[in-house]
Amino acid sequence: MHFTINGQSHDIEVDVRTSLLDLCREHLGLTGSKKGCDHGQCGACTMLVNGRRVNSCLTLAVMHQDDEITTIEGLGQPGNLHPLQDAFVRHDGFQCGYCTPGQICSAVGMMDEVKKGWPSHVTEDLGAAELTVEEISERMSGNLCRCAAYPNIVDAIRDVAGLGDRNPNEDVGKEVAA
Amino acid sequence: MFGFGKDDTNALTMNQPHPDSLLDTGVQGVISKPLDRVDGPKKVTGTATYAAEYAIENVAHGVLVSATKGHAKIKAIDADAVKAIPGVIDVITDYDTFIRNSQQGGETSAPTQGVRTIDYFGEIIAIVVAESFEVARDAAKQLKVDYEPLDGTFDYEANKGEAEPAPDGLIKGHYDQGDFDKAFENAPVKVDVTYTTPSQNSAAMEPHASIAVWEDGALTLYGAYQMPTSDAQQLAKALGVAQSKVRIISRYIGGGFGSKLGIAPESVAAAIAAKQLGRPVKAVMLRQQVFDATVRRSNTEQRMRLGAEAGGRIVALGHESITSNLPDEDFFEPVGIGTHFLYGGENRRINHDVVRLNWTLSGSMRAPGEAVGMVGMECAMDELAEAIGMDPIALRKVNDPQQDPELKVPYSSRNLTRSLEEGAKHFGWDQRQAPGQRREGDWLIGMGVAAACRSNQLQQSAAKVELHPDGSATVSSAMTDIGTGSYTIMAQIAAEILGLPVEKVTMSLGDTNDPPAAGSGGSWGAASAGSAVYLAAERVRERLAKAMGVKPEDLTLKDGMAIGDNRSVPLAELVGKDGLSAIGEIKPGQQEKQFNQASYGAHFAEVGVNVVTGEVRVRRMLGVFAAGRVLNAKTARSQCLGGMTFGIGTALTEDLIHDPRTGKLVNHDLAEYHVPVNADVPQLEVHFLDERDIHANPIHAKGIGELGISGAAPAVVNAIYNATGVRVREMPVTLDKLLDHLPAL
Amino acid sequence: MKLFDYARADSVATATRDGAVPGARFIAGGTNLLDLMKLQVETPETLVDISRLALTEIEEREDGGLTIGALVPNSDLAADARVIERYPVLSRALLAGASGQLRNKASTGGNLLQRTRCYYFYDPATPCNKREPGSGCSAIGGENRILAILGTSDQCIATHPSDMAVAMRALEAVIVTQKPDGDRRRIAIGDFYRLPAATPEIENVLEPGELITHVELPPAPAGRQTYRKVRDRASYAFALVSVAGIVAIEGGRIASARLAFGGLGPMPWRNEAVEAALVGQEPTDAAFHAAADALLADARGYGSNDFKIPLTRRTLVATLRELTQEG
Repeated sequence: MHFTINGQSHDIEVDVRTSLLDLCREHLGLTGSKKGCDHGQCGACTMLVNGRRVNSCLTLAVMHQDDEITTIEGLGQPGNLHPLQDAFVRHDGFQCGYCTPGQICSAVGMMDEVKKGWPSHVTEDLGAAELTVEEISERMSGNLCRCAAYPNIVDAIRDVAGLGDRNPNEDVGKEVAA
Repeated sequence: MFGFGKDDTNALTMNQPHPDSLLDTGVQGVISKPLDRVDGPKKVTGTATYAAEYAIENVAHGVLVSATKGHAKIKAIDADAVKAIPGVIDVITDYDTFIRNSQQGGETSAPTQGVRTIDYFGEIIAIVVAESFEVARDAAKQLKVDYEPLDGTFDYEANKGEAEPAPDGLIKGHYDQGDFDKAFENAPVKVDVTYTTPSQNSAAMEPHASIAVWEDGALTLYGAYQMPTSDAQQLAKALGVAQSKVRIISRYIGGGFGSKLGIAPESVAAAIAAKQLGRPVKAVMLRQQVFDATVRRSNTEQRMRLGAEAGGRIVALGHESITSNLPDEDFFEPVGIGTHFLYGGENRRINHDVVRLNWTLSGSMRAPGEAVGMVGMECAMDELAEAIGMDPIALRKVNDPQQDPELKVPYSSRNLTRSLEEGAKHFGWDQRQAPGQRREGDWLIGMGVAAACRSNQLQQSAAKVELHPDGSATVSSAMTDIGTGSYTIMAQIAAEILGLPVEKVTMSLGDTNDPPAAGSGGSWGAASAGSAVYLAAERVRERLAKAMGVKPEDLTLKDGMAIGDNRSVPLAELVGKDGLSAIGEIKPGQQEKQFNQASYGAHFAEVGVNVVTGEVRVRRMLGVFAAGRVLNAKTARSQCLGGMTFGIGTALTEDLIHDPRTGKLVNHDLAEYHVPVNADVPQLEVHFLDERDIHANPIHAKGIGELGISGAAPAVVNAIYNATGVRVREMPVTLDKLLDHLPAL
Repeated sequence: MKLFDYARADSVATATRDGAVPGARFIAGGTNLLDLMKLQVETPETLVDISRLALTEIEEREDGGLTIGALVPNSDLAADARVIERYPVLSRALLAGASGQLRNKASTGGNLLQRTRCYYFYDPATPCNKREPGSGCSAIGGENRILAILGTSDQCIATHPSDMAVAMRALEAVIVTQKPDGDRRRIAIGDFYRLPAATPEIENVLEPGELITHVELPPAPAGRQTYRKVRDRASYAFALVSVAGIVAIEGGRIASARLAFGGLGPMPWRNEAVEAALVGQEPTDAAFHAAADALLADARGYGSNDFKIPLTRRTLVATLRELTQEG
């Protein structure tokens, strides 16, 4: 089987039952994408397939031999972070970090969907939407975060979209003098 | 384990207050700052390595086999059929050694062992090992097990009458003070209500996972564990090997929230399989198995009886709970743990009864006790305030005691009233209206408040600080970072004391080869391991002073330079060619007996309740917290966001349902066990009050990880009442419980 | 997941041929099928991968309707300008379902064929007549909060979980199929699903190897459209109750009404008596309650889902108010 992941070609034979997620995690050493539920219920495995965000646990690797696949490893590396990765760090858009690669891949795909004018469940007139807090929260709801960094994830995305209204280093945790 | 008092160790037992802290006199200026997580770049790039992700050569894939009966004896397992599947290596079980259930956190003994008799639906009874995950999963699902059914106890409602007093543990099973019955009887104002909360699951995003590697009779287990030091002891006992032969590595843990405090069944299964097969074995729990076979927070039934004077002063305080657990387990959900010290009242009854059920183990989940106990306490306070006709904040202030109402010792620090006052001001509490009065379109709007409290604990912990010849430092400890920020705050403590930029501090956590620590649990991690770092750094600093020829108090360390005696010398020149190192060890002492130590806060919630459907949405939420020194304003805030969101889940969505016919967890996945999603959570606000606690530890910090959840749920529930005028006393407040009480359409 | 043979179809003809082999299943998005295969609820012997077939277009029809390729992903369908303009009820239903990731993968045809989310159907450790005919229904007498109150039998009380299909039922969509022998069928969505009765394992009228190739949407009926979904989370949860409604008012009276419901029955539910109770009436609460009476006349709760009866009434009345209010 032939795969193109993060621009790299891989020729490898795997069990036909292998999910796209397990192909990456168990066979290609790309463990950045996470397995949280293996049933499309948490979003930790989110990757970009031909630029679209999908749950990689719920699709077979064998069905993606002609696709361009991007995982978290393909977005950026320590020292060379993707703007969303950088914003997640600055806004503390994670705690344990396990859902984080999926959140970031999802955010990349989500921002592209907004750019294309796709509406969401909370878009009043089904028209083009701005990246409001409400829109981001709805569109990112397929990515569970049990640590619940949700408010910070929203802030990180708004920051990258140029809509930042919370400065991660001044607005947080201000102490009230006793 | 602990070499307490050894020469190279700076040991401190908290028998005295520790008013002076190097964190106040340090000039590096990094402590408390909202610095980015030092492990952040790794986590956002997917390069942080979690338990299942170590590239171990020749690793075989194990999938656990779950029992499909609620209570039964295994007569036989037909391994041959699945062993014939190509790729299957073996089907392995050990009826005596496999653990029945997870161990509780901090225990040093093995958990209950033996799986020939199944005590709950989903108990792990075997592991199928194969060359690939796909083959192992298929074979595990196909494995035929022959059971002899046994009569089990599966129905809480039918059996709660059999509940018995809990054995004394962390707190007493039963506690009585004064004459509760008489005081309640004679109280001018009474509230007598019963609240319930269902079973819950921590639902950490990373499933429990272990890779077991044996080498020369010694086991290395890459595991997802919160407390590697005690977990290694548990694992050694369970396997019957010397403690020195077990090493646990848990460098990154994908959340725990209590579920990874003690060893879980996958660790023992992987270790046994790896030993038998003579090759490494990886075992990752399926998500359904995480629900079925790790730990749940017990369901609770809480009878609240509050008797008060007309002015609001509580004279009788009763909090009696029933919870559930497996037979032969000592742990009980300490529902009343916060009730013991939160409010005054001379006549008290705080009882815990436990009914034995064939249900998944009950154990610690984020803030055991307070997280659900505060639902009873703080909702009852709301009801009492209404019965008296008093503002709920005023009622709490009237009952804010000057000292522990039971132990009669002072509080080490306590800012409950200030938290309530600050929160009221910021939240606009004065805009709150009478129940059912505020409506916007189809939404009824209401506000609620609740107090937050979480008992503070210090646990024996050690850490090593090394200052290298190049002027950089390494901090190592078997402490963990489960998302709490340990990597970052421990680096900040070392950097502040040693006068180094944080980037100059390398962290090594989660390895039992490093100095032992209590790990992450009970919100003690930062204070305990952080104090150990403090003490180690303090000793290193003393040696630097000596090398510099000045007294420690005359030494200033900043940006890698030692300044004193009108000289400024690079640290690299002082440490020598071998570097300097020291171990710090902290241990609890008399201070925890002489003072009641706890952190406090206040939650404010504004909800909308849909007048048509009963759907509840949290619109705004504010938490004000006082937890001693905040070590990193950014990570501390995040901890509170997480706790508050757990509270939203408790109030509105989380309900682990047991089938009363089998005990089986019906909704054992993330589609139907509803943890809050992004859209359920508004842009929460968190404020910290400036506070130091000199009785707690030398860094003056108290626990924060569980403070955010304590009281969060009742604030939401009280807001629902304010919005609708409807009291729902059964958690979670799903729409079906409101529907019949909403205005007719 | 049991081992299967994998075949990628290069045409509808080869797909239907390969799909007609006993034990074969089509796979497109796979978001529900693989989910169930991992649990061994579904155990196909052959997977016929239809994901590369040229069934991804949304085309205009001469009658002013649309023909939707069976492989159009849910997200593309929801965002299609023609759908938003003419069938907003469908866009809204799609956007109320699942998550962004799942909608990117889930296909139009596959969405129609989603299996129930019944807890017991999902767990081979428990009896379930739909999964294993004759084994019994665990949901009756067990936990059934999310299950059906209409169209049930004493064999099965499962619900159909789709949002999309509910809107399509209100739109009177036609499901176009091709059989292995090349025959094509046009099946009205109202005739597509089967009640469980004594055979809950049979959910629709498709024959072996018969492939959904398209879904036709007739021109939208006149009137205002909406989709209201009630669920336990603000997002990413299946419907407890949902209503797809299209109502037109003329001269102060309801001229036409189409109403379909999710979360209530074993199929996207429609009962023309509900609509008959409305047509010709003034849009009053009395008329709305009469419609609810018609809908719920045969409703039956099974314990933990009893609340769906009043919830449905309230949701329907509120939806009708929304669809008929002035302005």
